[in-house]
Amino acid sequence: MDLAKTTTGLQVSGIEVEAPVALVEKLRVSYRAGKRLIPVLVDVDLTVAPGETVAVVGESGCGKSTLAGALVGHLRAGSRIAQGRVLIDGQDLFRSSGAQLRRIRSGTVAFVPQNAGHALTPSMRVGDQIGEVLRFGRGMDKAAARAEAIRLFGLVRLPTPDQLLTRYPHQLSGGQLQRVAIAIGIAGAPRLLVMDEPTTGLDVVTQAGILALLADLRDTLGLAIVLVSHDLGAVARLCDRMLVMYSGRVVEAGPTAELFTAPAHPYTRGLLASVPRITAPGLPVGMTGGSPIGPGTMPGCAFAPRCPFAQQACTHDPVPELTNRPTLTDSRVSACLRTEHVLAQPVWTAQVRPRVPREFGPVLLSVTGLQVDYRSKPDAASGPTVDGIDLEVRQGEVVALVGESGSGKSTIAWTLAGLRRPTAGELTLHPRTAGEAGGTAGTADLTLPAAKRAPQWRRQIQLVFQNADTSLNPRRTVGDAVARPLRLLGLRGREARVRRDEVFADVGLPTSFADRLPAQLSGGQRQRAGIARALAADPALLLADEVVSALDVSVQASVLGLLDDLRTEHQLGYLFIGHDLAVVRGLADRVVVLYLGRICEEGTVDDVFGAQGAGEVNHPYTRLLLDSVMDPMPGAVARIADASAPRTKADEPESAPPPVGCAFYRRCEQRIEGVCNTQAPPVRQPVDGHRIRCHLPLTDLDRSDELVEVR
Amino acid sequence: MSGITTGSPGDTAKGDAPRGSGTLRSLLGSPIAMTGVILVLLHVVMAVAAPWLAPYSPIATSPLDAIVNPSSSHWLGTDQLGRDVLSRVIYGGRNAMLISVVAAVLSVGIGTALGMAAAYFRGWFDEILMRILDAVLSVPAILALLVVVSVLGAGAPVIVLAATVVYCPAVIRVIRAGAQSVVGLDYVTAARARGENPWATMVREILPNVLDVVLVEFAMRASWIVLLVSSLSFLGFGANPPTPDWGLMVSESRSLLTVTPWAAVGPIIALATLIVGLNLAADGLAKARGIDRITGGA
Repeated sequence: MDLAKTTTGLQVSGIEVEAPVALVEKLRVSYRAGKRLIPVLVDVDLTVAPGETVAVVGESGCGKSTLAGALVGHLRAGSRIAQGRVLIDGQDLFRSSGAQLRRIRSGTVAFVPQNAGHALTPSMRVGDQIGEVLRFGRGMDKAAARAEAIRLFGLVRLPTPDQLLTRYPHQLSGGQLQRVAIAIGIAGAPRLLVMDEPTTGLDVVTQAGILALLADLRDTLGLAIVLVSHDLGAVARLCDRMLVMYSGRVVEAGPTAELFTAPAHPYTRGLLASVPRITAPGLPVGMTGGSPIGPGTMPGCAFAPRCPFAQQACTHDPVPELTNRPTLTDSRVSACLRTEHVLAQPVWTAQVRPRVPREFGPVLLSVTGLQVDYRSKPDAASGPTVDGIDLEVRQGEVVALVGESGSGKSTIAWTLAGLRRPTAGELTLHPRTAGEAGGTAGTADLTLPAAKRAPQWRRQIQLVFQNADTSLNPRRTVGDAVARPLRLLGLRGREARVRRDEVFADVGLPTSFADRLPAQLSGGQRQRAGIARALAADPALLLADEVVSALDVSVQASVLGLLDDLRTEHQLGYLFIGHDLAVVRGLADRVVVLYLGRICEEGTVDDVFGAQGAGEVNHPYTRLLLDSVMDPMPGAVARIADASAPRTKADEPESAPPPVGCAFYRRCEQRIEGVCNTQAPPVRQPVDGHRIRCHLPLTDLDRSDELVEVR
Repeated sequence: MSGITTGSPGDTAKGDAPRGSGTLRSLLGSPIAMTGVILVLLHVVMAVAAPWLAPYSPIATSPLDAIVNPSSSHWLGTDQLGRDVLSRVIYGGRNAMLISVVAAVLSVGIGTALGMAAAYFRGWFDEILMRILDAVLSVPAILALLVVVSVLGAGAPVIVLAATVVYCPAVIRVIRAGAQSVVGLDYVTAARARGENPWATMVREILPNVLDVVLVEFAMRASWIVLLVSSLSFLGFGANPPTPDWGLMVSESRSLLTVTPWAAVGPIIALATLIVGLNLAADGLAKARGIDRITGGA
């Protein structure tokens, strides 16, 4: 809908049938840093009709969270509205008194914060926390509030609501906390729910469950939802309309389906091209580098420096206006001067970095029967944390470990790195071939802790961490961090500096960054520095633990590209740990699916994901994971949401493995009672090298016929 | 000071500003912290330059001028032996400050090393150390010191050692807590995975990140030890009579409080300003580095 029209319509008649529940007009928010005013949001317009679901997407620092805060009348300390207004149900939030604001917040608009685990008070029972809203917001007495809380907990599909009321937040899982936060959000019976990254940090299966819940709530309660997210899959799945933000401005807005199929702004195109697709067998092409700059720091379009379509005119003031441009449909607006030209170009989303067929070297790492047991004493109710792991990584091969949180992925990596002691199993690292300097002969026993391994073996295995913020010492320069492992190579002084510069070049960081502190680098640069540190010692095997999951999509695409290049260049073997199946499908050669520390399925990427990325013959758990993936394509609905075909008893991961039988049987919809829970599952091989550990016959696991029609 | 420009303000806006310069700036920008720093510096200058600043010798007696109220020749008057109070106040901090600096360096140094080690190694080392600390912490500081001093004599080395033993446990606790939040971070894990020497890891990776806590601890322990040493002198277990010492001066002059109040009030003011100064500086430092002031111990 045209923003300007709606605005005037409201002002003139005031009683229009579709009066928007939220209206943001020409909003400009700045914050004061020292003596300067720094704009965060510039000229943002947003209209949300009743019952409508609007997404606000963009990468970190684009101002989307500030917008979400403004919708409930909250600004960060130091920020202020420089211009514009925010109307919720016709009331200007920033001109309302405290009492009015409280009434609006408890009855009309509700906010569900990003991290429910941090947003709930740890020392208060969740029942009391939701009770506060009901008693003070809706004036209920204690008994009525309790009954209502039970109803709401049931509504958000929490199991055993009456028991959950007396739990403390730490006793709930991440997905349950998110559900509690949503229940508190809808407790005041609002007309608009503002959600800040509701699925970030949750497991895929849980994510799918939360999104299904939101869709359900929207339909049954007639809620309008503003979904602030960088997860394009979630947006495609849930939202009617979306706003794309870049550098504090909305650069494109329109119906989700249209934006996904024919993005008109180059930034939207870049975002879509950066998201790995489970349906595409390769890595996303991404967009050209550079980090976003703040609004108002340069003339013209803020995206121009990264834009392949940019012309001279793009870098001159005034900033291109967000308006309906030629060849766009009526409901769409774009801030790109060259909209017509951009729309005429093919969409990059169809492209991926081609996967070249690779030759793998000899075996680098072999693991047989790995068991790690964290339990201090034997316990009949559970088994060891990680058990019966057999793995092989060859030179130049990427083996991915996938699974939900608690599946033992990191434990395996840490054990290989010598930070955990295995309780059983053989872990062997083989020497690299091709007449290497240093001539490492024999093999290394990786059951030894890191400190007891010989230096030439220690350097062969290096860890890359998930969170670039904590993987570098904030008080040490990046160059220092990268140079440190060189001591394992026996390099010091000038030689070490030469090698350091080489590694910096390898990961695409300028040498001048060596003197910088990690805080002076952007997230992507920090992750590159983390990779540089791992590469410095010239390793044979990289243990990459969720290395891209904390990064923005465009940065993620470039880091994935870097990892792919490096393995070809240096014949590295990777043990790549990830929960994002689309990333795994893009980068990995072989996949190992873990559930509660047991291997469910393993095989090549094509075996496990099938030609379409939706699997063919799979373990029920792999199927559950695959079904939960939300491809950023409107219409490509995650099938777990389909109520007619539930494939699991719960969308919440479990925490302790069972002592006997298949680890997955408690959640499996296809389990055979008396077999699955007593006997270890046999290995079934649909093709050579594709191993599925399941009691069900292969014919029951084959779903290839059903898949084609869905995707 | 802000000579650092990142190519990506949008992305780094979330991260911290470069911390070293930021701490200094916010310390200098806080009037309260600056007051503390200036007070401490004044005392240090006074103690170091005492021979040049003091108008009279601090131990020269002059019975004819005894018990004189403040005048132009004796700004703070004289005591019962005719010694110039101002000169004695200027000299009087030397003893206590030297002892407290040495004792604070020792207790914070040992405490930091043991605290980091406890956080790094965990397990039985941590467990045994903590139980020992519990035992030491359960004895009141002044009591422990009195016992030690009355057994071993009141020499400066004895007081330094006793103060170190008494204050070390609290420092270990605080540093251990600070280090525990760092030990689990990925860069320490990376160092472990590289098989680095534990002490090298502690010095390189952990210490820079707990240095703020260490500095605050140092300032606070120093102020407590000054107070402790002065208390000992007041009780007669510290400096011996002719030595100018604030605690001793208060003790000697308290009977004359109604006649020449300045003989007692002068050293009290000097002691109070030093301790207030140290505390303000510690508070300012703590706020500048964004940590809470840790109280407890003695």
